[in-house]
Amino acid sequence: MSILVDQNTRLICQGITGKAGAFHSEQCQAYGTNLVGGTTPGRGGTKTLGVPVFDTVAEAVQETGANATMIFVPPPFAADAIMEAADAGISVIVAITEGIPVIDMVRAVAYLKTHRPDARLIGPNCPGIITPGQCKIGIMPGYIHKPGKVGVVSRSGTLTYEAVWQLTNLGIGQSTCIGIGGDPVNGTSFVDALTMFEADPETEAVLMMGEIGGNAEEQAAAMKASGQFTKPLAAFIAGQTAPPGKRMGHAGAIISGGSGKASDKIAALEGAGIHVAKSPADMGVTLKSVLKG
Amino acid sequence: MKVHEYQAKELLKSAGVAVPEGIVITRAEEAAKAFDALGGGLIVIKAQVHAGGRGKGVAIGPDDDHEQALKIASGQAPRPASMAKGVQLVRTAQEAQLAAESLLGKTLVTYQTGAQGQLIAKVLVTVGHDIARELYLGMAVDRALKCPVLMASTEGGVEIETVAATHPEKIHREPIDVGLGLADFQARNVCKALGLTGESAKKGVTFLKNFVKLFIEKDASLAEINPLIVTAEGDVLALDCKLNFDDNASFRHPEVVAMLDEAEEDPAELRATRIGLSYVSLDGDIACLVNGAGLAMSTMDLIKYHGGEPANFLDVGGGANKDQVLEGFRILLSSPKVKAVLVNIFGGIMKCDTIATALLAAYDEIDFRVPLVVRLEGTNVEKGKSLLKESGRPIITADGLTDAAQKVVAAARGAA
Repeated sequence: MSILVDQNTRLICQGITGKAGAFHSEQCQAYGTNLVGGTTPGRGGTKTLGVPVFDTVAEAVQETGANATMIFVPPPFAADAIMEAADAGISVIVAITEGIPVIDMVRAVAYLKTHRPDARLIGPNCPGIITPGQCKIGIMPGYIHKPGKVGVVSRSGTLTYEAVWQLTNLGIGQSTCIGIGGDPVNGTSFVDALTMFEADPETEAVLMMGEIGGNAEEQAAAMKASGQFTKPLAAFIAGQTAPPGKRMGHAGAIISGGSGKASDKIAALEGAGIHVAKSPADMGVTLKSVLKG
Repeated sequence: MKVHEYQAKELLKSAGVAVPEGIVITRAEEAAKAFDALGGGLIVIKAQVHAGGRGKGVAIGPDDDHEQALKIASGQAPRPASMAKGVQLVRTAQEAQLAAESLLGKTLVTYQTGAQGQLIAKVLVTVGHDIARELYLGMAVDRALKCPVLMASTEGGVEIETVAATHPEKIHREPIDVGLGLADFQARNVCKALGLTGESAKKGVTFLKNFVKLFIEKDASLAEINPLIVTAEGDVLALDCKLNFDDNASFRHPEVVAMLDEAEEDPAELRATRIGLSYVSLDGDIACLVNGAGLAMSTMDLIKYHGGEPANFLDVGGGANKDQVLEGFRILLSSPKVKAVLVNIFGGIMKCDTIATALLAAYDEIDFRVPLVVRLEGTNVEKGKSLLKESGRPIITADGLTDAAQKVVAAARGAA
């Protein structure tokens, strides 16, 4: 078991003929993901990577029965691509694109809420989602993962790989790993991810990587404290040494007006009884300690 | 991206948001003319730098003590008459010129600039008004609500964080539907909350609706009007304005990008931005070059955890190619404070041996004056490490995050 994606997932890639779209579609295929097609406006009727290319997502869904999409569309058009996927009936929309204007994301998220409240948007500005051994949608290296029972959720890319690699080297496999992305307005929050992991019988514990900016980590802490999340949970928060007022790479990683500090997030998590790794070298062992406990 | 007050007011004015008349000058001789052009009377001279606290800030010359100036600007020491305030009231053309002279070419130190201060290259000469009431208006994207929120408070002239902490009930919030803008009823609600009545309320509705429209149309990320004033005549005006813009939307706002004042930016950060790297200067002496923002932040934290002080944040992106690594190294080594460099790369899809080759190529092109510690992880890690070890260059390789941090902290101490 897992959340959101598994061996039954039928994936298309929006932007499949672009450089990054083509490269990562091929990597996903090589991992074993069932890639059934792709879209690039104006390139409909051609084939690439052995799958058909369509002009629109609606056509792609009709012809291939796709239920998930991976978006590599450039930032100015990416929010539109998210809405197109939702309108076409796609259920799992994974937006990899980095650099989408915040106002565009506000519009896209509002559109989903009104027209497709059942659709799940992951990202944008994220590595994607993987259920080890079954389905990889995104840019993460597949081989670092191992099938198992720990859910992983994170706002970052390479930090997630680091955490997953630590788990795998400790012999701890993962149920599903979700990168929720580094943008201030996104489709899936920590609370959303924890809610899904709570409902998944095969997920026994969760490792969560947060960072400075916003209060999504505090909301996750509140969920644990109130008993809505009952499984063992370990965490790490990046950005303890980040100065206020500076954007640390991710658009959402900024301490503004005295809020979004790492110390406040760590205090909230620890206050809810969640084990927080002191060093990024200890993410795996911290999770292991809660498994034993 | 940030802009100056005078630029923010130009944008407000063109959007139909009422601001006091003003003229921006770069030479003190222009002050008297600007004074007359604005009709004389009560005129305000304001230093233009990207920082708050200008009213309490002080303008200092090359011989003044920066640390002392910061104390004065923070209210911890009295201000000597020789140090001019960043914002001054004048009543004659001659006073205007003297005020402009006391600011232009000087360095303004405020509690927000730090002791270093900011050079004053421009001064805004603007009409002073009889202020009946000082209010607050702000707008930002609320992450939890996933939409912009307009915030209004009767506590103008005070920092909104203070109001939020002591009197949260005094902040009125209106979530904005970006397709709709500020609805008329919402504008009336805000005016009511601000205690605006009669003609002032009518003017307030126009002001608020245009302000929200500007925020959405220009892709602002933060807007603050503090204070928003009601004059003795009942006019509603933006006395000060701070506007920040979403960098992700720069591609569709060349008019906003044209307002960038490069003198206000950190030169190393500017250089990094130009080639697509994300860099932030810090105060420490251990530089780091990392792929990915989360891992880059974590690497800074790791250095600190092991007793070192990070000199920067530098994210070279998921890949890390030779050109980016090369420019990254150049930026890091341009800081004289740096005593050691840590490279931390998780090679996922890009293989570690490819990364090692890029690192070696970059290493050979620069005069590497400090120890370099490299920690690689991921595909072909052993191949990557042996390439570095057998290269004959004095590169220190590390096994794991903790080993890397300990080695770079030791190297920085050795070089000290």
